[in-house]
Amino acid sequence: MSALRDAWRSLRRRPSSLLGLGLIAFFAAVALAAPVLAPTPAGTRDAYLIPQDGYSPDPVLPSRKHLFGTTEQQYDLYYGMVWGTRTAFKVALFVVLTSLLIGVVLGGAAGFYGGWIDEGLMRFTDIVLAFPDLVLAVVIVSVTRPGLFNVMVSVMLVSWPSYARLLRGDVLSIKERDFVAAARALGASDARILFRHIIPNCIYPVLVVASLSMGRIVITAAALSFLGLGAPVGYADWGQLISLSRNWILGASGSPFAYWHTLFIPGAAIFLFVLGWNLLGDGVRDILDPRQQGT
Amino acid sequence: MGKFILKRLALLPLVLFGVTALLFCVLQFLTPEMRASLYVRDPRQLSALDAVIEKYGLRKPVYVQYGLWLKQVAHGDLGYSETAKMPVADAVKAFFPATFELTLASFFPILLIGVYFGVLSAVHKDRWLDQLTRFVAVTGYSLPSFVLGLLLLMVFYGKWQLFPPGRYGLETDLLVHGDAFRHYTGLLTLDTLLNGDVAAFADVVKHLVLPAATLVYIDLALLLRITRSSMLEELGRDYVRTARAKGLPERTIVRRHALRNALIPIVTLSSLLFIGLLGGVVITETVFDFPGIGRWGVIAAQQLDIAGVLGSTLLAAGLFVLANMASDILYAVVDPRIRVE
Repeated sequence: MSALRDAWRSLRRRPSSLLGLGLIAFFAAVALAAPVLAPTPAGTRDAYLIPQDGYSPDPVLPSRKHLFGTTEQQYDLYYGMVWGTRTAFKVALFVVLTSLLIGVVLGGAAGFYGGWIDEGLMRFTDIVLAFPDLVLAVVIVSVTRPGLFNVMVSVMLVSWPSYARLLRGDVLSIKERDFVAAARALGASDARILFRHIIPNCIYPVLVVASLSMGRIVITAAALSFLGLGAPVGYADWGQLISLSRNWILGASGSPFAYWHTLFIPGAAIFLFVLGWNLLGDGVRDILDPRQQGT
Repeated sequence: MGKFILKRLALLPLVLFGVTALLFCVLQFLTPEMRASLYVRDPRQLSALDAVIEKYGLRKPVYVQYGLWLKQVAHGDLGYSETAKMPVADAVKAFFPATFELTLASFFPILLIGVYFGVLSAVHKDRWLDQLTRFVAVTGYSLPSFVLGLLLLMVFYGKWQLFPPGRYGLETDLLVHGDAFRHYTGLLTLDTLLNGDVAAFADVVKHLVLPAATLVYIDLALLLRITRSSMLEELGRDYVRTARAKGLPERTIVRRHALRNALIPIVTLSSLLFIGLLGGVVITETVFDFPGIGRWGVIAAQQLDIAGVLGSTLLAAGLFVLANMASDILYAVVDPRIRVE
C-alpha cells in the first residue's frame, strides 16, 4: 500500500504526468460510460457498429443532431469516437499484456537456461527484430484475413522481442546472486526459481519499457486499420475513421476545409490517447527507476 | 577491426535465412495456388498454375519449398512482383532511389535539429527552451504519422496548393521518362540539376517537402530525448566540474568536453534511425503516394504479392544488420575506450 502512496506522491509532483493520468482517466471514463454517452440504437446486433444516417457519401458538419458531424457514408462520428475508446483500450491492453507475457517467458527462459536454448531463442528474437515490423504485421494480417483480432495478434507478434531481450540481460545477472543459489539448495524447482525469485527482481525495467511502449502499440494498430486491414468498415475504430477521412481532406471546391472534422476529430482523439500514455509512461519510469529522474 | 567486420558480415546471410524462412512459415496459411504465383515470372504463366504447383512442390512440406526457393535465388532470380508489374530486382532498383532521396531529405534535418536542440535543452534545463523542446518531443512522439501527414496535406495542398503528393508533377514525369533525360544517380534532385532543368528540380523538391517534414517531426522526438538525457548525465560528471574550475568558457565545456562524451547513444540511435528510414517508411510513403520501398512493401503485403514481400523484407533486414554493424564501428570511432573485438 505504501508503495502505491509513494507512487502517487511522486506522480503528483510532475504536472506532465498528472496531465497524462488525467487524459487516460478521461478516456477510461468515456469507455466505461459508452452505453450511457452514446446509447446504441434499438435493434443493432453489435454495439460497436456505428449507426448510419442515410447513405449519401459526403460527410456532414457537426450539428445538434450529430455532435461531431458524420463522416463518409453518414457514419456518426460522435458514436464512433465514444465506442472507439473501448476499442482503443481493448487493443492496447491486450497487446501489451500478451506481448509482455511472451517476452517474459522467452527472455526469462533464455537467460535462465543459457546454452543452446539461449542461443536459439535470442537468434530467433534477432530475426523478428530485423523485420520491418509494420510489413511483418501486414503480412500476418493479410494471410490470416483482415480483422481487429488479427491486427491485435499481429502487433503482439512483432512487439515482444524488445521485452525478451531486455529481460534476458537482467536474468543473466540476477541468476548469479546468492539468494538464487539458496533457493536451489532448498530444492526449489526451476520454474519456481525463475518465476518466484528471479523475475520479480528484474521485472521493473521491462515494465517501464512496456508502459512507454503503450502509445507506440496504439499507433501501430491504428496504422494497420488505416491501411484497411483492421475491423470491417463501420466498426467503431479510430484508425479506420481516419482512413475514411482520406478522401475528404482536400475539401470541396472553393472551401478547402469543408470536411475538416472528418480528420481532425478522430486524429485528436488518437493523439490525446497516445499522449496520455506517453506522459504517464514517463512518470512511471521516474517512479520505478529513480536513477533516470528528471532526464 | 577487419576481422570484426568479417564476423558481422558472416551474420548477414544467417539473418536473411531466418527472415525468409520465417516468412515462408507464415505463408503456409495460404493455399498452394496463391503461393504458386511466387514462381510466375510472366503474367501469361498464371493460366498454368497447376503445373507450377507440381514443379515447385508447393504441396510438399515447408522446408522442401524453402530449399527450392533458395535454389531459385541462388540462380539470381528473386521472382516477379505482381504489384510492381516487374521482376523483383528491377522493382528494388525502381523504388529504392525514391526512398533513399526521402531518407537523405529527412535524416540530416533530424540529426542537426535533434542534436542542436537536445544540447541546448540540457544546458538550459527546466528553462522555457527546455520546456518547449520537451513539448515538441512528446507531441511528435504521440502524433501518428498518418494524422500529421493528412493534416499537412489538408493545409499545404488542399488550401494553398503548395506541396502536392507523389514524387513529381506531370511535366517532370514526361521529362524524366523522355529519351533526352539521363539518369546519373537515380536521385531526381541531383539528376534534374545535372540535366540542367531547374524547373523540374524545383518540382521534385516541392514533392519532397511534406513527407520529409512529417518524418522530421515524428522521428525528431527520440533523438532530442536521447541527446538531452545523455548530455545531462555528462554535464553532471566530475571532469565537467574540473573544466569549470579551470575557468574554461562554458561553450568549450559543452562542445569539446561534454558533447563528445555524450555522443555514444546519439550515434547508435541515429544509425538505427537512418536505416529505419532507408528500409522504407510505410505509412508516410503511403499517405503521400510517394513511390518508395515502404509503399511497395505494404501494397505487396496487402495483395499478397509474395515475391514483392520477400524482396522488400530482404532489403530491409539486410540493411538492419549492416546498420547494427555500422553503429558498432562508429562506437569505436567516437569512444576510443571501446575495443571492437
